Amino acid sequence: MSTPKSFQEIILRLQTYWAEQGCAILQPYDMEVGAGTFHPATTLRALGSKPWAAAYVQPSRRPTDGRYGENPNRLQHYYQYQVLIKPSPPNLQELYLGSLKAIGIDMALHDIRFVEDDWESPTLGAWGLGWEVWCDGMEVSQFTYFQQVGGHDCHPISGELTYGLERLAMYVLGVDHVMNMPFNDPSAPIALTYGDIFRQTEEEYARWNFDVANTEVLLRQFEEAEAECETILAQEAVDPKTGKRIIMAHPAYDQCIKASHMFNLLDARGVISVTERQAYIGRVRSLATKCADAFVQTSAAGAA
Amino acid sequence: MADLLIELFSEEIPAGLQAPAAENLKKLLTNGMVEAGLTYATASTFHTARRLTLVVEDLLDASPTVQEERKGPKVGAPEQAINGFLRGAGLSMDDLEVRNDKKGQVYFAKITKPGRPASEIVAEVLETTIRNFPWPKSMRWGSGSLRWVRPLQSVLCILSNEAEVSIVPLEVDGFKAGNQTRGHRFMAPDAFAVSGFDDYDTKLKRAKVILRTEERQAAIWQDAQTQAFALGYSVVEDAGLLAEVAGLVEWPVVLMGQIDEEFLDLPPEVLKTSMKEHQKFFSVANPKTGRIERFVTVANIEAADQGTTILKGNQKVLAARLADAKFFWENDLREAKVGMGAWQAALENVTFHNKLGSQAARIKRIAALARDLAPMVGADPDMAEQAALVAKADLSSEMVYEFPELQGLMGRYYAAKAGMSAEIAAACEAHYSPLGPSDDVPTAPVSVAVALADKLDTLTGFWAINEKPTGSKDPFALRRAALGVIRLILDNHLTLPLADRLIPADAGAGAADLLGFFQDRLKTYLRDRGIRHDVIDACIAMPQSDDLALLIKRAEALQGTLTTDDGENLIQGFKRANNILSQAEAQDGVEYSFGADPKFAENEAEKVLFAALDAADKKIQPAMATQNFATAMAAMATLRGPIDAFFEAVKINADSALVRRNRLNLLSRIRTTCLSVADLTKVEG
Repeated sequence: MSTPKSFQEIILRLQTYWAEQGCAILQPYDMEVGAGTFHPATTLRALGSKPWAAAYVQPSRRPTDGRYGENPNRLQHYYQYQVLIKPSPPNLQELYLGSLKAIGIDMALHDIRFVEDDWESPTLGAWGLGWEVWCDGMEVSQFTYFQQVGGHDCHPISGELTYGLERLAMYVLGVDHVMNMPFNDPSAPIALTYGDIFRQTEEEYARWNFDVANTEVLLRQFEEAEAECETILAQEAVDPKTGKRIIMAHPAYDQCIKASHMFNLLDARGVISVTERQAYIGRVRSLATKCADAFVQTSAAGAA
Repeated sequence: MADLLIELFSEEIPAGLQAPAAENLKKLLTNGMVEAGLTYATASTFHTARRLTLVVEDLLDASPTVQEERKGPKVGAPEQAINGFLRGAGLSMDDLEVRNDKKGQVYFAKITKPGRPASEIVAEVLETTIRNFPWPKSMRWGSGSLRWVRPLQSVLCILSNEAEVSIVPLEVDGFKAGNQTRGHRFMAPDAFAVSGFDDYDTKLKRAKVILRTEERQAAIWQDAQTQAFALGYSVVEDAGLLAEVAGLVEWPVVLMGQIDEEFLDLPPEVLKTSMKEHQKFFSVANPKTGRIERFVTVANIEAADQGTTILKGNQKVLAARLADAKFFWENDLREAKVGMGAWQAALENVTFHNKLGSQAARIKRIAALARDLAPMVGADPDMAEQAALVAKADLSSEMVYEFPELQGLMGRYYAAKAGMSAEIAAACEAHYSPLGPSDDVPTAPVSVAVALADKLDTLTGFWAINEKPTGSKDPFALRRAALGVIRLILDNHLTLPLADRLIPADAGAGAADLLGFFQDRLKTYLRDRGIRHDVIDACIAMPQSDDLALLIKRAEALQGTLTTDDGENLIQGFKRANNILSQAEAQDGVEYSFGADPKFAENEAEKVLFAALDAADKKIQPAMATQNFATAMAAMATLRGPIDAFFEAVKINADSALVRRNRLNLLSRIRTTCLSVADLTKVEG
């Protein structure tokens, strides 16, 4: 496989590859999330008995990682590529390695390793076992067999692959600073680098995240989202208007995502002490658990 | 006889779990087989990142046939009873034998349990083993119900002898045992069949898998050293890292790379830690400069370009990591050079324990205590206080945030950069020591003062809030802290009575308890050094036993005395005297503690004992006053002959009440004299 020329070509090749493996190619979730795992296509769909296979790009935000666009590898907004297949196929490692080949990594030249990693998300009440995948000593993906999500044991088990796209692409393209990475084809009439698109926004968001965001507003929004989530889940399963059984797991989960992002922003503003931190994480986890409880009662989870 | 070969092939097993798993596989399989009557000559195991292998040699072809005799009901017993017996034995009436018993004629059944073929037993035992394998953390995958450390991919299980090879018929959760395995994930991924262990071993080697861990380790180490040696460098030894790396690769390929010049001024510990923790690299030192200038990485593949790409990639990752470390180091140095005040202030907001306040509050307590202790350990009080105030400042540094294991060490660098004295800088690192029974004990006075203060504050603090170790739970490492105090005092020959000076008056009732905790630690510590626990008890019961140096001196002297013939027999004499005396005192309701008079001595042996006690007391008292326990105990031991002769010649309960009382008072003198040296009632034997 030839070497790709740009960031977007790597994404496109991953999309094509996973489409060929039978995944539904979804679009990013339209909310601010900290990682691709938060997309309901992963969190919720890892629950229940129904088979599932999806792949998507997820723009992700980690306000504390902002470096005003100066650090070669750190960004407060970045992209993850996420694959979730349930039940995990027996050849998932082979499929994964195939995706590396698809983006131009030659297995005869590189040292690919599966290095132990026990994955845990305290905010989602989730854990799994798997590896960090190393390419020549660099972590290029997370490979996880989900064992529990939202406090529920998974059955069947999903295999989750998460690629840190910028880092992976920088390595494949041989770029040392993320901002110098070609976003589209460098020979295109209007060639754009990652920096052309994101340098300014990294600066703007870093300033807002660290120094300007109104912590009172954020805190209020956290609490509102938390309350709304609880309210949604407290509704009767049968909708009085339509008479249908409609459990609103997804709208409730949106509020959980929102609370989680508000927490991340508050954290970046440095207003959460070490002891409070655990308490906030516990509150988000409690929402995630309740959303999971709700989702497993729906038909998307295979409930009758 | 046959040989058994089992391979459980899976996705990558965490390095640290491979060896214990291989041991468990062997234990469970061999125990299960032997229990079923299947004995064997030898069993050995192998493990790599992807396989656990067991080979058992000279296994019986079948378990032996077993004959069992069972006694049944009497002849003429109710039919129901007889039928029940037949059912239980799986026999019919014709198979029963009638024998004469004491009670008359009785049915006997001879049951033959035929041996079972090895393959059947192996299949059963292996299935049970796979289903119940004791992984510390296991997982499910796909739709299956099996649990393994990572997904299991295939099971190889064959029995072989000269004549034939047979696959053991076994199916576990969809995994059918076969005779095939696979080689290296990238260099020889195809499946191949094997006919026995030798064939397996040879074919794996050809398929780029080194089966033996020792062989992989040796290959890595030799190759790394050879490459380093060629440049006049040397690889920094790290057995733990070597074991881990050997568990990550099936076909190790050693590559040596360079560390960019711009990072060579980082402290060598930072380079080493960063490379080891993040990248699993070995450090390579240049003996001429004393610096770490290169690294060794171990790849799992013979790359088409001899590893150029792999090395380049690793070097790039390392550069990014070290750029982070350098960034932290430079930021930290800026803060260090202005005195670390901001770091100390930041510790106000870091909770040490919610009932014990902030790190800053803790540091203030330690500083005050270090100042107090300084004169007793020969340190300058101002310097000890100052050292304690900065010793934990590095906890706020970026480097320690990134690499917590560098705490103390970074403190040393930063204190030196802040222009503090060498003693203070040394104390920043040394005050955490000793961390374990084999860790070095600080000897520099300032370090000793801060180390003691740190540990004592931890102990008294957690004692005060009733967070004491229980059973195997010791989350705050209080046992280690107490042992640290003990070793600091003993190794430095300090005179530091614990009760008086180290346990604050406001510790209240907990203080005695904490002293007892120290004494328990001390017993453990001294027992490991060959001092008997009863000897320690005998010395702990004496005054000033909270002075550990004094206590150990007394214990050593006593143990020395007890190993002599006189000493050992003296204990017998003392106990005899003490028993007779105690009984008489209990019986008479008085204490015979005064007034033994030689003029009532009727017997030569009695007179000799009086004289011996006088002579011994004359030696013991001044010796005890100067803590010369060996002299005191030697003098005590000279009483052995006179005491033995006394008991030989004299009847204590003499007819004359006067003589009896005098003799009991004489026994009391023996008791008093002996107890002035140590509490001999606690000595066993």
